[in-house]
Amino acid sequence: MFNPFSLEGKTILVTGASSGIGRGICIDCAKMGAKVHLMARNVERLNRTLDEMEGEGHVIHQADLCSTDDINALVDVLPVIDGVVLCAGIIKTMPVKNISEEAMTEIFNANIMGDIKICSRLLKKKKLNHGGSVVFISSVSTFNVKVGNSLYSATKGAVNSFAKAMALEVSKQEMRVNCIQPGFVPSNILETHGLGEDALQWYKERHPLGFGTPSDIANGCIYLLSDASRWVTGSIFTIDGGYTLQ
Amino acid sequence: MTLDEFVKAFAAEFDDTPVEQFTPATNYRELEEWGSLVALSIISMVDDEMDVQITGADLRNSKTIEDLYNVVCAK
Repeated sequence: MFNPFSLEGKTILVTGASSGIGRGICIDCAKMGAKVHLMARNVERLNRTLDEMEGEGHVIHQADLCSTDDINALVDVLPVIDGVVLCAGIIKTMPVKNISEEAMTEIFNANIMGDIKICSRLLKKKKLNHGGSVVFISSVSTFNVKVGNSLYSATKGAVNSFAKAMALEVSKQEMRVNCIQPGFVPSNILETHGLGEDALQWYKERHPLGFGTPSDIANGCIYLLSDASRWVTGSIFTIDGGYTLQ
Repeated sequence: MTLDEFVKAFAAEFDDTPVEQFTPATNYRELEEWGSLVALSIISMVDDEMDVQITGADLRNSKTIEDLYNVVCAK
């Protein structure tokens, strides 16, 4: 059967692989035939993701995106890969006047600096194949802003801009770099952030197609990781169930 | 932090409401300036000053500043 979206024969690295959207991406990429390298801080949760994955040859890596040593060590042990999905991230909600240097450093390290370090190291060590694909999980919050969410929006805006500049730089090697901006996908990052029932209901009413699932985002990643998207680079895809239509 | 200090810190998160309007018995959700931004400021202030994490539900379930102080102290 003709299937330009197959990931058969491809090796993919996924950060933030232990929960939420990252976990869903690992499971679905494995279904499409990829060998997946899963990265996150929590080995126990990584193993839980691994248990749900089809196929052979998947590898888990315990590493903290905020540690340059961890990132360097991870890239050094990786084989040459065909794609990477940068999915790890945290939320810090606070008004501008309450922003502390500590909070700022933590969220920028987790949401953008770690991603940049991984990309830089992959290229430096020639670990991303000719024609490889980089997918950043950004957010609709880059343009659909909320009170108290300035730090998160700023980090995700940085992700989008970095992705475009990197896309230009690596085009000679036919590598592609794209972003997906998800709308509301219920996951740990949001649940542990203490969004109350009222807030959940507010968001639900504003998603014409309802809340998303990790697979809704994973399917976009599969497209961007597959050869079907070989002519797609520097693009920013909003996948949000219609949330930002109004 | 004492109740008096808490009331002062609570008042400091408001920009337009005069300090005199704040007492332990103030029903803060009826203040004109009350809203999601101030609520987030209070959550941040309690985290920074008292190292306690409160939620939007805590703010909704308390009536007076003293009620909230008691919730924070109980955590």
